[in-house]
Amino acid sequence: MNRSPFKKTLFASVLCASMALSGVAMAEVLKISVAGPHTGAYAAFGEQLWRGAEQAAKDINAAGGINGKMLELVKSDDACEPKQAVAVANRAVDADKVVGVVGHFCSSSTMPASEIYADADILTITPASTNPQVTERGLPTMMRMCGRDDQQGIVAGDYIVKKLGSKRVAIIHDKDTYGQGLADATRAQLRKNGLTEVLYEGLTRGEKDFNALVTKIRSLNTDAVYFGGLHTEAGPLVRQMREQGVNAVFISGDGIVSEDFATAAGGNNFVKGVQMTFGADPRKNAAGKAVIEKFRAANYEPEGYTLYSYASMQVLAAALKGSGSTSGAKMAAWLKKNPVDTVMGSKAFDAKGDLQVSDYVMYSWDDKGKYAEVQ
Amino acid sequence: MDWHIFAQQLVNGLVLGSIYGLIAIGYTMVYGIIGMINFAHGDIYMVSAYLTAIFLAILTMLGVTAVSVPLALVVVMLLTIMFTALYGWTVERVAYRPLRGSTRLAPLISAIGMSLVLQNYVQISQGARNQGIPSLIEGTLRVGGESAYVQITTVQLLIVVVSFVAMGILTYIIHKTSLGRQCRATQQDRKMANILGINTDRVISMVFLIGAAMAAIAGALVSFNYGSFDFYIGFVTGIKAFTAAVLGGIGSLPGAMLGGLILGLSESLFSGLINTDYKDVFAFALLVLVLIFRPSGLLGKPEVEKV
Repeated sequence: MNRSPFKKTLFASVLCASMALSGVAMAEVLKISVAGPHTGAYAAFGEQLWRGAEQAAKDINAAGGINGKMLELVKSDDACEPKQAVAVANRAVDADKVVGVVGHFCSSSTMPASEIYADADILTITPASTNPQVTERGLPTMMRMCGRDDQQGIVAGDYIVKKLGSKRVAIIHDKDTYGQGLADATRAQLRKNGLTEVLYEGLTRGEKDFNALVTKIRSLNTDAVYFGGLHTEAGPLVRQMREQGVNAVFISGDGIVSEDFATAAGGNNFVKGVQMTFGADPRKNAAGKAVIEKFRAANYEPEGYTLYSYASMQVLAAALKGSGSTSGAKMAAWLKKNPVDTVMGSKAFDAKGDLQVSDYVMYSWDDKGKYAEVQ
Repeated sequence: MDWHIFAQQLVNGLVLGSIYGLIAIGYTMVYGIIGMINFAHGDIYMVSAYLTAIFLAILTMLGVTAVSVPLALVVVMLLTIMFTALYGWTVERVAYRPLRGSTRLAPLISAIGMSLVLQNYVQISQGARNQGIPSLIEGTLRVGGESAYVQITTVQLLIVVVSFVAMGILTYIIHKTSLGRQCRATQQDRKMANILGINTDRVISMVFLIGAAMAAIAGALVSFNYGSFDFYIGFVTGIKAFTAAVLGGIGSLPGAMLGGLILGLSESLFSGLINTDYKDVFAFALLVLVLIFRPSGLLGKPEVEKV
């Protein structure tokens, strides 16, 4: 019994020592949350975000980190569910004490989560959420590395009317913030061009059978089908269209920019001729050559949003260095004044936190399951 | 509304309904015999889609698909049914049998847990991305002219035919064979059946085997139909199939098929004729309506023989 006070003292001193040690360790790392659908049906996009951010963190740390402090990534999985996004955002803020966020992916996740980051004054850079409302709500800490759906919709709407010369267009969306927002943006541009769609309907995310909808599209003699949504639904939809003999042009947005789109359609022949809007291929930018080589050496093709995620990390690092602060508002203010050299070239932000220049172009899928810019 | 569009929607609904019906059988049989909802059943169906792709890849590697596609398909189906049945049996053995005799809620929670286990196990071992499967069964049956036609692909036709045949075989087994008699006895009074020398644990195992085998047939055919699947497909389809089972009268074998067909047809017709946005709302409103007037489902009368 008389030894127990000694034991307690020993325990306490060990505890103190370990706390001191962890204090030292904490001072040397800056935690960044990489938030997105790392699991779930949209995990292909989560992988793009994670791969990009992971490589960027590795390269930044190899070059000495942020004034000697190393970056440490935290994987925050929202599965593209708004509720889970809020939960992981709270965890990232309260438990992980992150100083920045790269994410989320789905606009419907980014928007509720960004409110939590704004309250905690944490800089949030989304590499992929394109819904206009992401930056329109006036949050001081919200930035975006990609374009907006209103810009994307203009490109798609003009292309359908002016290049394809379509007369009967069906618009389908997935009832999600991103999908329906994009479909609405395209619809607005179509109407501006004097074309009213023949069908505007939403399908259910997670289902595979859209045959009833396809038959409806067939009955309306459409010559173009615009889809606002992600590749997991776009794949079966385009397959069932072709199976039922609907030859209308299939057009979609950046939600299908993954080679998994061809897999989801169950064959490369089904995606042939599909058109989509996406930023000018970041892989073609000379600034990213060395980084792209690194990805390919690791047997990973940096497609879709991978390089956007890499660039988001670079922007975050530049803001940490440049503003000399971990306050999200201060970092964002710095970014809005200073352009940053990234893997995608020099990027400057406007007062809302959007990129000053966005460069949506049309892509076309071939019968090998690959996509390339339309010349 | 043109006649061929309406007919096409009927075909779409029939195919969808057959798939729901096949999966609903698993829910309804398990409920009938031990009064428990097997929430892991949708994920058994999902596992079978993966097994189909794996066996097909193996056979392609061995060169069987190059020799004869129908032979390869039959072998793939049989292997998938066997292995999926094994999964069904294992789930019962691991997660439900140890809880027999405890509260009714215990196996229910255990089933939800099993569902999560299966999903995560497949996601980790096979990756979270979409998986594709080559369309081996080509061909489309088309009736009508150049633009006004009704069509059904060979795979879809196969789905409908196989569903009804499987249903028929199952009905025969339940009503005419010794195993079927044991099933019915166990369902009516498990304690008494035990006393009379029926190994009820074995019977329950068999029910899980059969239910999983039905899910396997659906899983294999659906994979060929849609050409792709992921580890999450069991959830939505499972919920719909469960709804079909309840609609038809849970515990009733023909009810499962009837419920599946009604659900598939109503979804398809509502989506095609009225609005796709609200098709699920309509389907579930229909379910509520049926349950208000017939709380035990369409064919779920107490005197109807339950499986």
